[in-house]
Amino acid sequence: MSKTLFDKVWDSHVVRSVEDGPDVLLIDRHMVHEVTSPVAFLGIKNRGIGVLYPNKTFATADHNTPTINQHLPVQDPLSANQLKALEENAAAHGISHWGLGHEKNGIVHVVGPEYGITQPGATIVCGDSHTSTHGAFGAIAFGIGTSEVEMVLATQCIMQPKPKKMRINIKGDLNFGVTPKDVALYIISKLTTSGATGYFVEYAGEVFENMTMEGRMTVCNLSIEMGARGGMIAPDEKTFEYIKGREHTPKGAAWDKAKVYWDTLKTDSDATFDKELTFEASDIEPMITYGTNPGMGIGISKSIPNAKDVQGGESTYKKSLGYMDFNEGEDMIGKPIDFVFIGSCTNGRIEDFRAFASIIKGRKKADHVTAWLVPGSHKVEAAIKEEGILDIIHESGFELREPGCSACLAMNDDKVPAGKLAVSTSNRNFEGRQGPGSRTLLASPLVAAAAAVTGKVTDPRELMTK
Amino acid sequence: MAYDKFEILKSTAVPLSIENVDTDQIIPARFLKATERKGFGDNLFRDWRYNNDESPKADFVLNDSTYSGKILVGGRNFGSGSSREHAAWAVYDYGFRCVISSFFADIFKGNCLNIGVLPVQVSAAFADKIFAAIAADPKTEIEVSLPEQKVTLLATGESESFDINGYKKENMLNGFDDIDYLQEMKEEIKAFVANSPL
Repeated sequence: MSKTLFDKVWDSHVVRSVEDGPDVLLIDRHMVHEVTSPVAFLGIKNRGIGVLYPNKTFATADHNTPTINQHLPVQDPLSANQLKALEENAAAHGISHWGLGHEKNGIVHVVGPEYGITQPGATIVCGDSHTSTHGAFGAIAFGIGTSEVEMVLATQCIMQPKPKKMRINIKGDLNFGVTPKDVALYIISKLTTSGATGYFVEYAGEVFENMTMEGRMTVCNLSIEMGARGGMIAPDEKTFEYIKGREHTPKGAAWDKAKVYWDTLKTDSDATFDKELTFEASDIEPMITYGTNPGMGIGISKSIPNAKDVQGGESTYKKSLGYMDFNEGEDMIGKPIDFVFIGSCTNGRIEDFRAFASIIKGRKKADHVTAWLVPGSHKVEAAIKEEGILDIIHESGFELREPGCSACLAMNDDKVPAGKLAVSTSNRNFEGRQGPGSRTLLASPLVAAAAAVTGKVTDPRELMTK
Repeated sequence: MAYDKFEILKSTAVPLSIENVDTDQIIPARFLKATERKGFGDNLFRDWRYNNDESPKADFVLNDSTYSGKILVGGRNFGSGSSREHAAWAVYDYGFRCVISSFFADIFKGNCLNIGVLPVQVSAAFADKIFAAIAADPKTEIEVSLPEQKVTLLATGESESFDINGYKKENMLNGFDDIDYLQEMKEEIKAFVANSPL
């Protein structure tokens, strides 16, 4: 029978299908961080059971970590306690732990691919909704709750009904200045934050084929923001090139054997999807959000839609604009901004910093703007230095911080103050996401860089040469 | 072993008709720093419920004594965003045992089922009826019957059935969780792992 890429990976991991119930799905790789794991470890302790396969779980600290002075003790006692719990739990169960200060430390979805933990055809879970990032490699990867983290620790399995399947095709070539982030924000703006709920998405077509691995990660990362369980892209030569030689990738004969399997990971030509959508690349321009969910995005040259023209309830829409202190029909271009955040599992990789640097080079940070530049990992941080990007950052009046999730969810001290407007390369513009009362505009690193040097929402194409 | 059994719940309900309620609103990230599962109810809807000076916001429904009960009725696309199970814990810890909505985000729904909060998805029309019934009489009672998979407005007798798979239904009726099930099949899992390529 014809199968989709998703079918092939899912079906090969079903240990048992429960009658009138979910599938028992084997998990190949489990990533844990300090926030969603402690109660799971407590759970197995209370049940008197251990971790079944400690070598299939990988721990890294990221959500709570400070992004300055990481060599000093963590000041917030609650954060310090959570980081200590992760370290102790990992040690007690023989799980590898890349804690604060460890050379491999970084955001869970940045370090997974960096060290080859992420592989095609694998099932990967983490107590974090942006686990969908790893789908860029042709893996089935999705976020889980803490009860499920406990299940994976205890049994290496979770129980989930098989989602429906959706394919999103984008044809043609992207316009000048349009990045993978814009592609994702465009799709979400078309589907809304619930448009893919119940589905697992496969991204297909020239745009994704031509995209770099880091770009694919950005797109798959944002799958959850349209409600999808996850998103994936068929592995190709670019994928294999990226993973080859990394620490956890198979070597020698094991690589050859794995490659035979990976080469089968494509949707059969006559396989069918429950839903299929096609967009044209030429319709996409640099995007920016104007509201309080990632579906509320528009092309940067457009004005804020009127309530009567959008899907969903008018009162919810007006509440959202009220929170943002924006009005229907206003232009986004020219809005003065206060903060810029470059980083997160969405846009905290080296290509994102290259894009940022391409705009700020030869320009200066706007005086009134506070900018937080946070690499996704120490590896990204090292590349920023090696490639000379750090010099550009300093010459333009910016500073580089240390790796972590940072202002994406503001669990550490990197909080945007109430009322302040931030252009952020992260993934969520929910009310208070970047600090109580903060207002967030999601955008690409190019748009964020343009805002950082002009102090207002600016079309980055005006600052770029073709 | 994990949670209270759920059979029939008869209760008044708290209406929250906002759409796209995300889990950052249900529990903001800065309250996720605990290493034990307790006290999350205090911070349920924290930033909608309290002003910066910790005083309650009078216009938020949880601060309005007119409304109470073990059922939370939410707007469409309830629980979107972050996978944090803390959101379901906060709902439970506050005292809710059931959330009714015309549409749930996937992960939140799964998290609720895993801790013994029953997510009941109804049609948009029936959700509107529920909101209208509560608006007309905040003390109106709703009955949620898991054995019958039916939600009923007791004042008028209007009802609608809801879906839940047989496995999860049995779990909730008995207070079992997935680990109880998975533990029983450990040998089968080990054999499967031995033959898996990764």
